[in-house]
Amino acid sequence: MTVRFLSAGDRALVAEFGDRVDRTLSDDVLRLDASLRSSGLPGLVETVPTFRSLMVHYDPLVTSRADLEDAIAGLLDRQGEPRGSATLWRVPVCYEGEYAPDLAEVARLTRLTPGDVAALHSGVRYHVYMIGFLPGFPYLGDLPPQLALPRRADPRVRVPAGSVSIATTLTAIYPYESPGGWHLIGMTPIRLFDVTRPRPALLNPGDIIQIEPIDPPSFASVKQAVDSGNYQVANEPIIQ
Amino acid sequence: MSAGLKVLAPGLHTTVQDLGRPGYQAFGVPVSGALDGFSLRLANALVGNRLGTPAIEILISGPAFEVVADTVRVALAGAGAGLAIGAEKKRFAAGQSVTVPRGEVVQVVVGHQSASCYLAVEGGIAVPLVLGSASTYVRAAIGGLDGRALRQGDFVPLAIARASDRPELRLSSPVPGTGDQPIRVVLGPQQEYFTEEAVATLLDNEFRISQSADRMGMRLDGTLLRHRRGWDIVSDAIMTGAIQVPGSGQPILLLADHQTTGGYPKIATVISADLRVVGSRRPGDSLRFAEVTVETAEALCRDAERLLTEMVTRLEPVPDGPKLDLGSLYDDNLISGVVSGLD
Repeated sequence: MTVRFLSAGDRALVAEFGDRVDRTLSDDVLRLDASLRSSGLPGLVETVPTFRSLMVHYDPLVTSRADLEDAIAGLLDRQGEPRGSATLWRVPVCYEGEYAPDLAEVARLTRLTPGDVAALHSGVRYHVYMIGFLPGFPYLGDLPPQLALPRRADPRVRVPAGSVSIATTLTAIYPYESPGGWHLIGMTPIRLFDVTRPRPALLNPGDIIQIEPIDPPSFASVKQAVDSGNYQVANEPIIQ
Repeated sequence: MSAGLKVLAPGLHTTVQDLGRPGYQAFGVPVSGALDGFSLRLANALVGNRLGTPAIEILISGPAFEVVADTVRVALAGAGAGLAIGAEKKRFAAGQSVTVPRGEVVQVVVGHQSASCYLAVEGGIAVPLVLGSASTYVRAAIGGLDGRALRQGDFVPLAIARASDRPELRLSSPVPGTGDQPIRVVLGPQQEYFTEEAVATLLDNEFRISQSADRMGMRLDGTLLRHRRGWDIVSDAIMTGAIQVPGSGQPILLLADHQTTGGYPKIATVISADLRVVGSRRPGDSLRFAEVTVETAEALCRDAERLLTEMVTRLEPVPDGPKLDLGSLYDDNLISGVVSGLD
């Protein structure tokens, strides 16, 4: 494993492990993230894990880029430590009708049936690579290779909250209504991000997602439970 | 009855801000907070608040408030800005506190020297904290007053209903001007994605802030910056002050509300000490950039912090109550700004 340190001004540096979307690189990033978070290093402000690098924010009144680089190099030498806790989440998704506006087109482009697309999409577990773009927006992967498609040529101005989408080798869920260029193949009634919760983001980078397909009546009842605050997304701890 | 400021006119983009909500970028939540944290802290010091107390950020064009409290002590920070108070529109320059009684109108005049200024109120703005901060982040509708910019008719709640009984404070020396100094940058994180000519262009040429500028970022007009290794990177994290360059070659300087991650290469990052300079510039203004090392940038950050500490510890009482500003503290530009701001 090799790491490069990149400059991001005087309050952050980037520890870069590679330049691909790749599970091994992601594990390197998340392992360093976990060890930094538990390091108690003075002047460490926050860390932001992404696909292949970790941004480390620091306070130059307390520490320096040089000291931090040394400290990170030291942490990286202690390889093989488990990266701590993660959670498996069972996320209900409806792949039918109005909830899946691009499903037919995706089926056409991939030469599959809509049912096959849904079965493939919900048939694998996804790794949460990172959260970005919007509060609580998770980048999940990897898609089954048969579902890999470029982004839509014409991005939508409004993608509804809860939309489950695919593009390139990844899948994602829009936590808020927003513009977006990914293909919308389903929708979840759960809330990924809610500032009124003690932990506003449901998912952490490094968590695992298992999608549970639901039909429109189930979607409606789960949605009602979510809206009234009576829904708990099924989850279990996973050992790594 | 609860104390507050009633918004008579909202200004262009007036929001409640503090020093932001660090700690949630890993979950996609931008830090937000004042574009010019230096001025926000100075304004708070002038009214006797803790420096990170929620205050009001004013951009380009100033709001007007009616005082709905027994008295409020306010102070403005920002180069060239001023307050016009009451029916007679008595003018007070930025850099001193003034206490205003119930029913009076406080008009903020931004002036021409800086695009931003900060109005602090003794006791602070009493909005609920969201993830530890009062900062407004409009895109996700969190923080501030209902997660949005102020509107006419809004009631901005205040923490205290009566100003404390003590002398007004003022700066003992003006904030050192930033004039048209170059904005200092550290190259990277992705300068290697650009041609040598592009890096030279960034450092040697003048750029102009386009009309497409807000709290997320400002697009810069000027010579396009050409990529050497393509313009599509595997998304990574973004630092405030980063200059990202999408496929068009037109740089975008990212500010407090920027997205936490993105897939365009970033040629350089504005140093933290100069973010307040960027925050004071407006569409149409020109910018020049100059390169410094990380070590220099860290030292400049410490210098800026020392300057703030000095200015705060050297605040002095205003001798005979609040000083009326009789033009000596205003330049011609500001007077014309006052007129246009009030008409």
